[in-house]
Amino acid sequence: MKVLMKGNEALSEAAIQAGCTTFFGYPITPQNEIPEYMSAKMEPAGGVFIQAESEVAAINMVYGAAAAGARTMTTSSSPGMALKQEGISYLAGANLPCVIVNVARCGPGLGGILPAQSDYFQTTRGGGNGDYYTPVYAPSTVQECWDYVFKSFDIADKYRTPVMILIDGMLGQMMEPVETTVYPRLNVEKPWAINGNADKRPRNMLTSLSLYGEVLEAMNIERFKVYEEIVKNEVMVESTVKEGDTVAIVSYGAPSRIAVNAIDELKEEGINVGLIRPITLWPYPADIFQSLPKSVAHILVAELSMGQMVEDVRLAVNGKLPVHFYGRTGGVVFEPVEIANKVREILGKVIKPIEAKGITEVYNLRGGV
Amino acid sequence: MAKMVYEKSRGLTNTPLTYCPGCSHGTVHKLIAESLVELDVLEKSIAIAPVGCSVLAYEFFNCDAIQAAHGRAPAVATGIKRVEPNKIVFTYQGDGDLASIGTAEIIHAAHRGENFTVIFVNNAIYGMTGGQMAPTTLINQKTSTSPYGRQEATTGKPLLVSEMMAQIPSATYIERVSIHDIAHINKAKRAIKKAFEYQIKGKGFNMIEIIADCPVGWNMTPTQARQNIADAMIPYFPLGVYKDEGGGPQ
Repeated sequence: MKVLMKGNEALSEAAIQAGCTTFFGYPITPQNEIPEYMSAKMEPAGGVFIQAESEVAAINMVYGAAAAGARTMTTSSSPGMALKQEGISYLAGANLPCVIVNVARCGPGLGGILPAQSDYFQTTRGGGNGDYYTPVYAPSTVQECWDYVFKSFDIADKYRTPVMILIDGMLGQMMEPVETTVYPRLNVEKPWAINGNADKRPRNMLTSLSLYGEVLEAMNIERFKVYEEIVKNEVMVESTVKEGDTVAIVSYGAPSRIAVNAIDELKEEGINVGLIRPITLWPYPADIFQSLPKSVAHILVAELSMGQMVEDVRLAVNGKLPVHFYGRTGGVVFEPVEIANKVREILGKVIKPIEAKGITEVYNLRGGV
Repeated sequence: MAKMVYEKSRGLTNTPLTYCPGCSHGTVHKLIAESLVELDVLEKSIAIAPVGCSVLAYEFFNCDAIQAAHGRAPAVATGIKRVEPNKIVFTYQGDGDLASIGTAEIIHAAHRGENFTVIFVNNAIYGMTGGQMAPTTLINQKTSTSPYGRQEATTGKPLLVSEMMAQIPSATYIERVSIHDIAHINKAKRAIKKAFEYQIKGKGFNMIEIIADCPVGWNMTPTQARQNIADAMIPYFPLGVYKDEGGGPQ
């Protein structure tokens, strides 16, 4: 049976159904439905809900709960995510599993509460200090919000890593029918947990610290071996690109659905375009760009930022094809016609007269040409 | 037959301590370790080490242990204790950690009435980073970031943490003790043990502030530093029970 839910509600209920027993949050728009939902449902489900004094405290409570062996989650939105980066770095450094949701809004600074995808760099490059990554899932529907919560908890436990779910405020607030399937959970033993059971085993210690260079280097190398496994096994991407398509649009999250509308609009004009939708933003689905049909002559990246994921696309394409960009920022969401117009422009077709003032090129901030 | 009259507590590991000669941390570690053993809770205890000189405390306490980010130990302890409410959880924090960068976390752990124990070692200086000024540095005390002595006009008066924490409605037990001589060490031990007893009984948040020294950071010999606790620290940081709503020891 399908249930009509907001993206934020789907993330919340799915977490409880996935065995998350501890939730630590802090109010920030547009994710407030999550701590509100958890405050009502977590304790009746036998779990723990705390409204922390700050995002910093919330992520450190996650660090403690994860260390004690619980499935644990925190959620926030962009400025709050900036505050959590200290704790995320410590979680990565101590190899602790948890799920962290960013219902992103526009920035930088306080920015605004409207949706954006301008936290891509922060989310996919570690975000805090030191050498680390976190797997990142980018659902595009409320159903996927539900589904990828289960996946995220499993991946976190399997690889002993924090896992991020990155959506925008649009998807967090959007209501859609959801098939509330409870997926079987991956049960992973946690013999490393500090749960005060030193009468049954040698005592456990968890730290990200080493004052000896070679020791810390070895810890980092071990972690990167795990990252290699994640890259090998966990890439997820959806593609509709087929032979005959001249352009491949790359877009993720809820805005990828606007790209689908643009593709439909172009099809009516006989312009064949496919969509590449990364579901994992790290590990990035780079391989798909090396095996595109011969007909694809252009890549267009459409994202709600000044151009962030476009860097990963350029790395993946590695100069084989021209990579174009269309973005909106500040909380403005592009309309299908804007993306379609960019495709028309690329192919030298007549564009439709609209007033949109999107960002049509990536600013050259890297030097060179 | 030789009779054992004194031995190192099994609450401590055999890892050599990393502290400077004359440092108070060794004494405080011993008091905690002995208390946990005497209360028969060592194996069910979880220690949270801070950032600072005692960052490696997780190597020394012979129980489960974790290292926390600077000032965040009370938040980490909250996460652990809520998952394992029947285990004994304590943070070990210095004055830079607890009284400066971690003020939000310590106040709100007390505010929620979290049922764990905080051991707050106040030696009025950032030791680990080379002796910088702390919120608890005394007026006119010279440190590497108050080279002319702490000036009230620009840096205020030293923070009185126990007095502040005692104002928090959900805090149960707040006491300030010292370890500058044997009599005070014994009193400190009783306070620490009482704090853990309260936690075992589920009495809620408790914090023991321990006035301690830092001979290297204070530019003193260990003997001078211990004397300085009595002469300079205790007059500003009065010892005593600031709050006790736990009903006292059995």
